Amino acid sequence: MAPERFYADSGDSTALALKILVAGGFGVGKTTLVGSVSEIRPLRTEERLSEIGESVDDTAGVDRKTTTTVAMDFGRITIRSGLSLYLFGTPGQARFWFLWDELSFGALGAVVLADTRRLEDCFPAVDFFEHRHIPFVVAVNCFPGARSYGAHDVSRALDLDPGTPVVLCDARDRDSGKEVLIRLVEYAGRRHTARLLDSVAQP
Amino acid sequence: MNADEGPEGVGRPRPGSHWYDAEAGPVVRPYAMTGGRTDPGPNAAHFDLIALVALDTGAPAPGAYTSLGPEHRALLELCRVEAQSVAELATDADLPVGVVRVLLGDLLNRGCIRISRPVPPAHLPDERILREVIDGLRAL
Repeated sequence: MAPERFYADSGDSTALALKILVAGGFGVGKTTLVGSVSEIRPLRTEERLSEIGESVDDTAGVDRKTTTTVAMDFGRITIRSGLSLYLFGTPGQARFWFLWDELSFGALGAVVLADTRRLEDCFPAVDFFEHRHIPFVVAVNCFPGARSYGAHDVSRALDLDPGTPVVLCDARDRDSGKEVLIRLVEYAGRRHTARLLDSVAQP
Repeated sequence: MNADEGPEGVGRPRPGSHWYDAEAGPVVRPYAMTGGRTDPGPNAAHFDLIALVALDTGAPAPGAYTSLGPEHRALLELCRVEAQSVAELATDADLPVGVVRVLLGDLLNRGCIRISRPVPPAHLPDERILREVIDGLRAL
């Protein structure tokens, strides 16, 4: 599907951008997390309604209702000149799921933010990344007043694949947010190495 | 009592006020500036949000393209100093991503810009890069 010639004379080959998605239920702290580790910026996408799914939006009688606006946040962390990390807060509403496919293409990994008071809100995100084999960590945003659970309890409640890291965090805290990202990058590296070894082992 | 609520203000719009405001969204429909085109062409899929857009060093100065619209020129200006991601271009130009993709398609077809390849999932960066990222995050 990719016309390779498109990249034949691609630009600075040393410039590298990596993408990390921040997913989770509404109000779980996605924007807060992105904002605590990077300068957060608003991003608008204007999506054709036909791509959103006729079953959701009744377009009967509308000849060509054109677009609808989807807003999300992103932040950039410059590691060094030519190496940047981009964080994207994924829109939580189910009807914008089609955006996730594009967002997750080529992603290094994802952070699934969870709130133990409504853990079920992050089920869809966990399912999404598991099915697409995208490395993710579950970051439990420890809201004040919420009963605290151990990482193991959360892992079991979410029925996570063995090895999927669960990190307790405070999305408002920069150091805590950094730690979540570090755990994710480490895990993505381990998963990648394991996949390489698997492919070598296959006859 | 609020000064704005005087009797002379009731039922009569103040000078300079409009029936729409920022909440109403853009007054020009987003795809008007692309001539109604919503399809960036065959290269569309490759304008990933983190694809980096750089000026083509061989391209003439933006002034040479008399047929380019102001939005095209704005995008060229934004990546003049250094390569910019599609996401940053959209935010800086205050345009929806879909519109930016169409405009970038035009610029690519004219040879004004080059697009870097996003990392394909099967070719994640090597361990050295990941280590750099981790060290960089620690140092933030």
